[in-house]
Amino acid sequence: MKRLLSGNQAVARGAWEAGCNVAAAYPGTPSTEILENINRYPEIYTEWAVNEKVALEVVAGACFTGARALTAMKHVGVNVAADPMFTMAYSGVTGGLVIVTADDPGMWSSQDEQDNRHYGRHAKIPVLEPSDSNEAKLFTILAFDISEKFDTPVLLRLTTRICHSVTIVEFGKRKEHKIKGYVKDIKKRLVLPAHARIRHRIVEKRLIRLSRYSDIFPYNKIEWGKKSLGIITSGISYQYAKEIFPDASFLKLSFTYPVPIKLIRKFARQVKRLVVIEEGDPILENEIKVLGIKVTGKDKIPLCGELTPKVIRDSLKRPYKRTKKPLRAPARPPVLCPGCPHRGVFYVINKLKLTATGDIGCYTLGALPPLNAMDTCICMGASVTNAHGMEKALGAEFSQKTVAVLGDSTFYHSGITGLVNAVYNKGNLNLFILDNHTTAMTGHQPHPGTGRLAKGEAGKRVPPEDIVKGAGVEFVKIINPDSLKEVEEAIKQALAFDGVTVLIFRKPCALLTKPKPPFRIDPELCNGCRLCLRLGCPAISLTFPKEKKRPLAVIDQGLCVGCGLCVQMCPRKAIVLSKEKENGK
Amino acid sequence: MENKKVTNIVICGVGGQGIILASNVLCNAAFNERLDVKKSEVHGMAQRGGSVITHVRFGEKVYSPLIEEGKVDFILAFEKLEAFRYLHYLKEKNGVIIVNDREIPPMSVLVGADTYPADITKKLKNYGELHLVPAEKTARELKNSRTVNIILLGVLSTFLNFKTRSWHSALKSCIKEKFVELNISAFDRGRALRRE
Ligand code: SF4
Ligand code: SF4
Repeated sequence: MKRLLSGNQAVARGAWEAGCNVAAAYPGTPSTEILENINRYPEIYTEWAVNEKVALEVVAGACFTGARALTAMKHVGVNVAADPMFTMAYSGVTGGLVIVTADDPGMWSSQDEQDNRHYGRHAKIPVLEPSDSNEAKLFTILAFDISEKFDTPVLLRLTTRICHSVTIVEFGKRKEHKIKGYVKDIKKRLVLPAHARIRHRIVEKRLIRLSRYSDIFPYNKIEWGKKSLGIITSGISYQYAKEIFPDASFLKLSFTYPVPIKLIRKFARQVKRLVVIEEGDPILENEIKVLGIKVTGKDKIPLCGELTPKVIRDSLKRPYKRTKKPLRAPARPPVLCPGCPHRGVFYVINKLKLTATGDIGCYTLGALPPLNAMDTCICMGASVTNAHGMEKALGAEFSQKTVAVLGDSTFYHSGITGLVNAVYNKGNLNLFILDNHTTAMTGHQPHPGTGRLAKGEAGKRVPPEDIVKGAGVEFVKIINPDSLKEVEEAIKQALAFDGVTVLIFRKPCALLTKPKPPFRIDPELCNGCRLCLRLGCPAISLTFPKEKKRPLAVIDQGLCVGCGLCVQMCPRKAIVLSKEKENGK
Repeated sequence: MENKKVTNIVICGVGGQGIILASNVLCNAAFNERLDVKKSEVHGMAQRGGSVITHVRFGEKVYSPLIEEGKVDFILAFEKLEAFRYLHYLKEKNGVIIVNDREIPPMSVLVGADTYPADITKKLKNYGELHLVPAEKTARELKNSRTVNIILLGVLSTFLNFKTRSWHSALKSCIKEKFVELNISAFDRGRALRRE
């Protein structure tokens, strides 16, 4: 049977077919749908972990019992999980362990562009790179096999273009994997220095064996075409290169760390000109250069940004003539949704001209105009620690105008440790937890504050206020962000308080709530003052009616969800409930 | 359209308009025609409100899931500015633009930092064969604003050489059961719009 699947769905299918028993992840674009789809298979235990390190450690525990286990994360998530990952290379796995890294060249939804193939080399674990959904499925299965055969975690490296592209996948059956059960082996798993020194030698020997295996790996293959041009490539770049150079000879690499040395030599010998086409860093290129082979690579092909057929065409001078140039169109960046519970808080932060250290999530959008309400955004949890550090550098007075802002899911991910640190170190941190009861930006995954588990059943709720109080914070308040006045008062109180304060602004994400009747703007009362536009609600716009001398604000009846925030902005009380709805039509 | 040759289609609009669903239906219909199919989504962070574009390609054998600029056969746009933004993707000759007759100003325009292009319909016309579709009005007639995407897909379908069966079963596999009926009639309305 054949089906159309995205790369992420295909990895989930592969995990299922491979008999995977346990999976854990923290959501992050472009990796999120992997666990979401694994979740649909009742045979696999799945959980949303609070962060990537926790997720990897959970699946590591599972594989120690002989279970097949998988974790998936976005590229920056691997930074969080790197600590256990490097040691897992030493301890080995018992049951197959697959770590999926979903890199984001082009930074469609990320704060950097790191090429995680480096992690394979750095952690000394093998790397597989699929180039479409079918390979994503297949390589997931093979990754489990390789993991068990060589007793190592395997890194399956996807990119946004693989994760979110849909291509045809051939389905197979599930091969049940029987969990052998736990057998104590402290020499392997209790990685204290004396044991680790022995394990390091084993790791190095394993790399030599893996390198030989790479040479015979069936999906590292040569496709002969004209021998005047030989292209070595991997992942999505293979598809682009095929499109631009249909006649060239190809060495398509799938098992890319360690590289297949013999195969590369064989291919290089037989072609006249050798080009390495790879997205991101010159990783294959450097491996090949070390073999003493001359290649063209990053001297021509850009290192920054996503590759596309056009970029390859242009950089390798295969010009294709066209006359149409892109037209200048006003940008359309993402915006906080109509009725988003974060909007009012950001409005007040901006109004009070506070310095706000920010974090990763929907609320990152609070930094954009017209709210302009955030100063920094580094990584998950850094809002808390950045604000604390600023205070320590500039003194307590500065902290009276500074707040740290993060979401509920991010609080569990890595806000807690920063909070404990600030309490302990006598900080004057003002922490705002924007609690919308979900992990919104990645598509509404549950977390400990929701009390729901991955498959939808009830778990135990761990309220953030209990954690905050448990950490020793004396000033804790829960506020409904619907009223701008209350938001402002609470913020002022918190800023005036000596010591750590936590305000929890609690209201569910607008996409999880039923819309209320929309508001409209009375054209007789509106004087076009634009005050309501300062909220940045995408439902409100300004028009310039011909019959009127002044501009007029209008509310898009299809977009407005009736949150009522803008009503509080209008001094002329021009924003009223829509007539039709009042009449119950 | 001849089915063996690779056909390139761009579907674009504003996040939340049902672009991904429409592209899924299109892919499934091509798949039902036993063609090789590739689709790629390009969208930035947030759930809503940003510019979204998907590339759909089908034919005997497809390599890249991304379409090169200047090689698109059809632009199917759910909003005029989004059609305008991706016009350079259209091929030089015989390109078709199917556009929802709707303007949604982006935040940069809402806050007065930029202006929505004037005479946008005229500009679209200069680039290819333009079909302006009153999809919102049609959806209101069907009493469901969420069918705009499928109405537009119905218009596109009249340019493609797929069997009706392929379309209907694609709709069935992509849409929740209780909405299938509604969407099939939306699709048929879209088809009729082209003939009108
Ligand atoms: S998804 Fe929810 S939290 Fe995110 S911007 Fe929209 S309403 Fe706000
Ligand atoms: S009530 Fe006002 S702020 Fe709320 S969604 Fe409607 S237009 Fe936007």
